Amino acid sequence: MSEHAPLSGRVGIASLIVAETSLFGVFVVAYLFYIGKSLNGPYPKDVLDLPVLATVCLLSSSISAALGARALRAGDVRRSGLWLLVTVLLGGIFLAATAREWHGLIYRHGLTIGTNLFGTTYYPLVGLHASHVIIGLVMLSLCCVFAWRGALRPVHGERVELVSWYWHFVDAVWVVVFTVVYVVGR
Amino acid sequence: MSVLSPTVTRPGEADVPRAILDQLHDWVVTVDHKRLGIMYVAVGLVFFVIAGSEAAMMRVQLAWPGLHVVPPQTFNRLFTMHGTSMVFLVGIPIVFGFGNYLVPLMIGARDLAFPRLNAFGFWILAFGGLLLHFSVIGGDGLYGAGSAPAVGWFAYAPLTGRAFTPGNATDYWNLAVFVTGIGTIATAVNLVTTTLTMRGPGMTLGRMPIFVWVMLTVSGMTLLILPPLSAAQIMLLLDRFLGAHFFDTQAGGSAVMWQHFFWFFGHPEVYILMLPGFGFVSEIIPVFSRKVLFGYPMIVAATVSIGVVGLSTWAHHMFVVGLGGPLNTFFALSTMLIAVPTGIKIFNWLGTMYGGRLDFKTPMLFSCAFLLQFLCAGLTGVMLSVAPFDWQLSDSYFVVAHFHFVLFGSLLFTIFAAVYYWFPKVTGRMLSERLGRWHFWLLVIGFNVTFVTMHVQGILGMPRRIYTYQADRGWEIWNLITTLGVPVQAIAVLIFVVNVLVSLRRGAPAGDDPWNAWTLEWATTSPPPPYNFEIVPVTTSRRPLWDLKNPDDPDGPHE
Repeated sequence: MSEHAPLSGRVGIASLIVAETSLFGVFVVAYLFYIGKSLNGPYPKDVLDLPVLATVCLLSSSISAALGARALRAGDVRRSGLWLLVTVLLGGIFLAATAREWHGLIYRHGLTIGTNLFGTTYYPLVGLHASHVIIGLVMLSLCCVFAWRGALRPVHGERVELVSWYWHFVDAVWVVVFTVVYVVGR
Repeated sequence: MSVLSPTVTRPGEADVPRAILDQLHDWVVTVDHKRLGIMYVAVGLVFFVIAGSEAAMMRVQLAWPGLHVVPPQTFNRLFTMHGTSMVFLVGIPIVFGFGNYLVPLMIGARDLAFPRLNAFGFWILAFGGLLLHFSVIGGDGLYGAGSAPAVGWFAYAPLTGRAFTPGNATDYWNLAVFVTGIGTIATAVNLVTTTLTMRGPGMTLGRMPIFVWVMLTVSGMTLLILPPLSAAQIMLLLDRFLGAHFFDTQAGGSAVMWQHFFWFFGHPEVYILMLPGFGFVSEIIPVFSRKVLFGYPMIVAATVSIGVVGLSTWAHHMFVVGLGGPLNTFFALSTMLIAVPTGIKIFNWLGTMYGGRLDFKTPMLFSCAFLLQFLCAGLTGVMLSVAPFDWQLSDSYFVVAHFHFVLFGSLLFTIFAAVYYWFPKVTGRMLSERLGRWHFWLLVIGFNVTFVTMHVQGILGMPRRIYTYQADRGWEIWNLITTLGVPVQAIAVLIFVVNVLVSLRRGAPAGDDPWNAWTLEWATTSPPPPYNFEIVPVTTSRRPLWDLKNPDDPDGPHE
């Protein structure tokens, strides 16, 4: 089985990504379907600002994740750990920005999941994405810890590569969520 | 197991329970695809008996007008539990259990790609089944009994809203379906990966047994359609617990949205269940006709096209919603279109049997009954795809008869064929042919008595899911006949259970290859060792075992 293992990992994670895409697809469809159908405010155009910083951070974290995976394959564990740490920090900034946005929406604008259809579709879609960011951050942080403790070795290059695939997927989903929520829906 | 961790044996009576506990422990911690496959099928059969008993109770209630055998609320719970169990806890575990067991053996692999994920998938599914049935005692928060979900297996909004179904019964349904879905997705990931990356030497895609092709297609579909169901369940959960308005029409939400999400899963789900049935007979019919499967490439192409077209037929469940002309037309046409690849397969099977040396052993009997009953199922399916016809008969017993011809008359018959066919491989013992014949004939008679007549009640206008009916509708005699078929089926299933239990202990030893078959699983011992193959045979054609048995006339040049 060991000779197949790398390929198995790739196909496995690709299958997972297909399934996750389908999961997000339904929430995106629901969001698009309910745009403009809220019976009462607050409406997206009144309360949503473009999350530029968060988006820049998340998208660049894809690059650092890729660099981290590549460094490990090249045998440079220290460098790999550092890039992964950068990825975690950038992802952390994204999460913090989401938290700040939600705090403002809930306490300043009084928008909760039950307020109107905008709240009903916005929080699950953005929240589902954020929960995927959290899962990705847990995996990346573990890799960082392993690198720091010296447990991460070049032989694990394939696995870190797969984590980075997942992270790229989370990024790609954000591009869709950004477009749907902040561009089309506003 | 015992080789790796030799246990100290002490003489005395304490040995026996200890041995049983050890064995049980081995089953619980196993990551072996064969044991997990057996557990999947066993769990599926247990839930089959439970869900079948629920159906029997409903039929007793409906046997004659004005009966009050069970209270009306209980009746609603019965049909909800029956439908949910049969789809999520019987169909899915059994077909994926066979996939688990057979796919690695058929392609010459040691195990599935991710054995621990596989174990996770099974246990989470079993947990989902327990969760659903726990609702019977816990649905009202443990202070009242008899509160299983009563929303129907497709749980239309707004009935699932808090206002209409208070208590927790619906939440148990919700979570159980969500949780079993996770297990199914895990298994699908596993099967796709295994099939694509772990095939043995010479096992090209074009030489894979049809069953493996089918499981690959079905797993791919699962990845696409199970997550939307999970998404819909999450939305329902948010609606019920956090006050979201996805399906709450009073706040602008859409009840039709639920129907779309549910049937986007629900219809392809029928193919996910039915395609493995096609896979079973595609393995069985050639062996008992002593001929090569007729038109292998066509069957593969038809399988994949059913998988693809099956994704765009869901709204034929929603013709009566009033989707409008263009959508109705689209879904009517796509539904008729899918009958084409399905029809092709029937000709393939007939072509395989034509001129063959037919041997009507029990697996072949079930396969033949499948051919006829599936033809009926397909024909009523095409009738219902005509939107105006569907407007007339939607939600009537005609529809109930149709999908029972699909899931019972076709899928379950192929499952029984598969059990009789692969039981010797799994256990090393043959099932009794004599009991098998009794099982087969009683089931064919019982099934047709029940479900052929059900079409008539439907055409006479009897709606599904009604608790009882008045005497002057002209439905009495038909309902009585329908119910009379039930005990016949029950006896048939009882014979099957007895056959399995007796044959497990006293069945004739099977040997490695009792049917003189041609696929790789018959190349190893019965039951196969934990590592499956000592030496994986090199595959040189679609019938690797034929090549090994007849080295002077291999299949390769003829393909």
